[in-house]
Amino acid sequence: MVWLDLLLNALAAGILLGGFYAAVSLGIALAFGLLDIVNIAHPVFVMLGSYVAYGMNARFGFDPILTGLLFTPVFYALGVLLYRVYYVSFERKGAESLRGLVFFFGVLFIVEVSLLLAFGVDYRMVEARYIGETFQIGPVGIAFRLLVPCVVGVALTGALYLFLSRTFYGRAIQAVAQDSFALRLMGANPFRVKGIAFGLAIATAALAGALLIMIGPVEPAMNREYIGRVFAVAVLGGMGSIGGTLVAAIIVGVAESLTSTFYGPSWGVAVSFGVLLLALAVRPSGLFGR
Amino acid sequence: MGARSFGAVALAVVVAGLAVTRVLDNQYYYFAGYVVLQYVVLATAWNILGGYTGYVNFGTPAFFALGAYTAVVLIQSLKAPLAIQLVAGAIISGLLGLALGYLTLRLRGVFFSIATLALAVVLQTMFINWEYTGGARGITLVRPASAPLFGNYVQFLFVVMLGLAVLAVATAWWIERSWIGRGLTAIRDNEEAAECMGVPTLRLKLVATTVSGVLMGLAGAPFPYYVTFVEPTSVFDLNYAVNSLAMPMIGGSTTWIGPVIGAVLLGTAQQIATVTISSALNLLLVGLILVAFVILAPEGIVGLVQRLARRSGERTRRSGV
Amino acid sequence: MSAEAFLDVQGVTKRFGGFQALSAVSLQVRQGERFGLIGPNGSGKTTLINCISGTLRTDGGRIVFADQDITTLPAHRRTRLGIARSFQIPKPFTSMTVLQNLMIPIEYAGRGHRDGVVDEAMGILGLMGLAAKAHVPSAALTQIEMRKLELARAMAARPRLLVSDEAMAGLSSTEVDDILAILFELNQRGITIVMIEHIMRAVMRFSERIAVLDAGEKIAEGGPDEILADKRVEKAYLGE
Repeated sequence: MVWLDLLLNALAAGILLGGFYAAVSLGIALAFGLLDIVNIAHPVFVMLGSYVAYGMNARFGFDPILTGLLFTPVFYALGVLLYRVYYVSFERKGAESLRGLVFFFGVLFIVEVSLLLAFGVDYRMVEARYIGETFQIGPVGIAFRLLVPCVVGVALTGALYLFLSRTFYGRAIQAVAQDSFALRLMGANPFRVKGIAFGLAIATAALAGALLIMIGPVEPAMNREYIGRVFAVAVLGGMGSIGGTLVAAIIVGVAESLTSTFYGPSWGVAVSFGVLLLALAVRPSGLFGR
Repeated sequence: MGARSFGAVALAVVVAGLAVTRVLDNQYYYFAGYVVLQYVVLATAWNILGGYTGYVNFGTPAFFALGAYTAVVLIQSLKAPLAIQLVAGAIISGLLGLALGYLTLRLRGVFFSIATLALAVVLQTMFINWEYTGGARGITLVRPASAPLFGNYVQFLFVVMLGLAVLAVATAWWIERSWIGRGLTAIRDNEEAAECMGVPTLRLKLVATTVSGVLMGLAGAPFPYYVTFVEPTSVFDLNYAVNSLAMPMIGGSTTWIGPVIGAVLLGTAQQIATVTISSALNLLLVGLILVAFVILAPEGIVGLVQRLARRSGERTRRSGV
Repeated sequence: MSAEAFLDVQGVTKRFGGFQALSAVSLQVRQGERFGLIGPNGSGKTTLINCISGTLRTDGGRIVFADQDITTLPAHRRTRLGIARSFQIPKPFTSMTVLQNLMIPIEYAGRGHRDGVVDEAMGILGLMGLAAKAHVPSAALTQIEMRKLELARAMAARPRLLVSDEAMAGLSSTEVDDILAILFELNQRGITIVMIEHIMRAVMRFSERIAVLDAGEKIAEGGPDEILADKRVEKAYLGE
């Protein structure tokens, strides 16, 4: 019976974790899946979001989610700016793929080391009344520190889905992924549309970062374990499909949670990378790929 | 540079290195020099795959660590001498390179790069969980007090790494000049066209990934005796990935001299910065320089110098007329 | 028929996921022939030549070239046997000069003869009218020069069969004549040519025989006049 309890708890935790992973991966689904921009620095922007939430919480007692929402515009602007640099330096010259990749690798490194210089290697966390709370459903314990990120993550996924399918700019972003010609027929400027999309991608990191530090304490180098996760989710989810991203995130979350429970937490990280390697080698188009 | 002058320079470098050990006594210089030379090996190895062939490898730490951990296992189990550690580290790391080469069958461009990053993390997790090599806590090793002909073992390690650096650069130099190098360039420029023009792309990529893996393993094998304490986070350090890629990008990734210039400049600067400023700040500098170069001077220092030389050459020609 | 076929494509099938790109396509090309392959967009022409040149593996059927089964050979081996192709979208080796572009196939597919490779390459460039551009970086070429380089590089592989994939798309009519003249000249030298083309005028003038693909199936084959008169071909191109 203990075994069954463990299993149920691991499943529940995995699903909740999956909702949060979706929030972290949406930016990659947008940038990589739809725009073909290999932003491997995305997780480090999530870390940046975490530290902003930490700073606002420690100094002013702000709720992390409130901070996440407040800073979304700032991150959006950061994303638009980053896209401009990327566009001028690489995309316009048709040299985006490998040099662009190296560029984002450099950005990752710069942001990570900056965080390290500003906050040190110590783990940081936030305080909010609900974070320590738990309630029981039968044998399954549901922790608020997992439930809240999951709910917010799913809400963010839903919001992005609606934006992409219902609004003019959302549809333009989807069109830019197909071909720029169709986009020009819509009367939209591809550079502007891509800037908006990339801005949104980075904006999701503000909120995802707030969720991350709610789940547990963070340190600057943590972004690296998320690189595998977000790409595993994005590739598995079919590159740019928002619904697919949520499903893939839950699969990865459950796989990790089960592994951690039954083999030990140190194997958890390897799972997502293993899933990624497998997905890349066997089915690069993802579970829901075109 | 012709074969004879290249050989002469290589020989001169080794002789100079040996001569230094007879006169210089300050151990710090050997410790620092070792690190710079280690980066020469890593950057050159990275460049054979990244610069020549166009496959960006983020997994340098995986190969380096595999070389280091192979040495740890050999020291633990057999007290094997350094020469055996080097050969074994090279073989094991080379096999990983070979496997990575087969991965290129399915993964191109950015997908390949992401997979290499994943490879490093998976391997790190395995070593964290492997108690024999100390697991997450790490393992302490006893460095031999001295080596034959050398008063001090660190001096010996310095000379060994110098030899490895010369070996790595000579390999890159040879590949660049041979039919293999021309085939690799064709693959980098357009793999499909290369295959259709008769280039055996898979075989050449396997050569590139294996040679790159062997050299990185060689760089890692002497590491346990150098640091005397090996733990996963330090040998799987992302710095190895960034530096081995930044150095060729900054030096110039299309010729053998580029990674050497990048490694010597950046490596030395980091050694000085670590002492005078702080190690975190010096890493920040590496990141900033890398981004600056990739945006402003993608051909690296070698390309910049070539461009300047060409321009001044044109000017003299014009003024001569 | 099959006995004298130089290139014998037997029931080649190719699927991409659920999409049937080629269903049991068969065709025979004779040695020294000028063969045209036409069809509407998405009819499987490029897929077929990718299967012939070896950049794609077939899901069924056999391909025989010069009495040798090449179905499972990798592309570079087929090139060495004598099948060379040009790409619809030029794929030059951008970091190399025009001359260096040609050196790759000469070195890798040219089967020996280390001496005189530069002369050989210059000879081909002269034929294509690219001799003056030999030392220009290939990235600096114009559209028509890129097309010519594609053909020149394929020639440098010393092919017995040249597959030209839409070498004329987007070119002016004098430029089309230019390329056509080159292809005729190559054919004169004994090279079998398979031409994939959208420009009807060019295919009709060039080809001795033509095969028509539609939705992954061969719907017609014959001389230019037969093809022009064929009702199914007309329907495939113009719709109902």
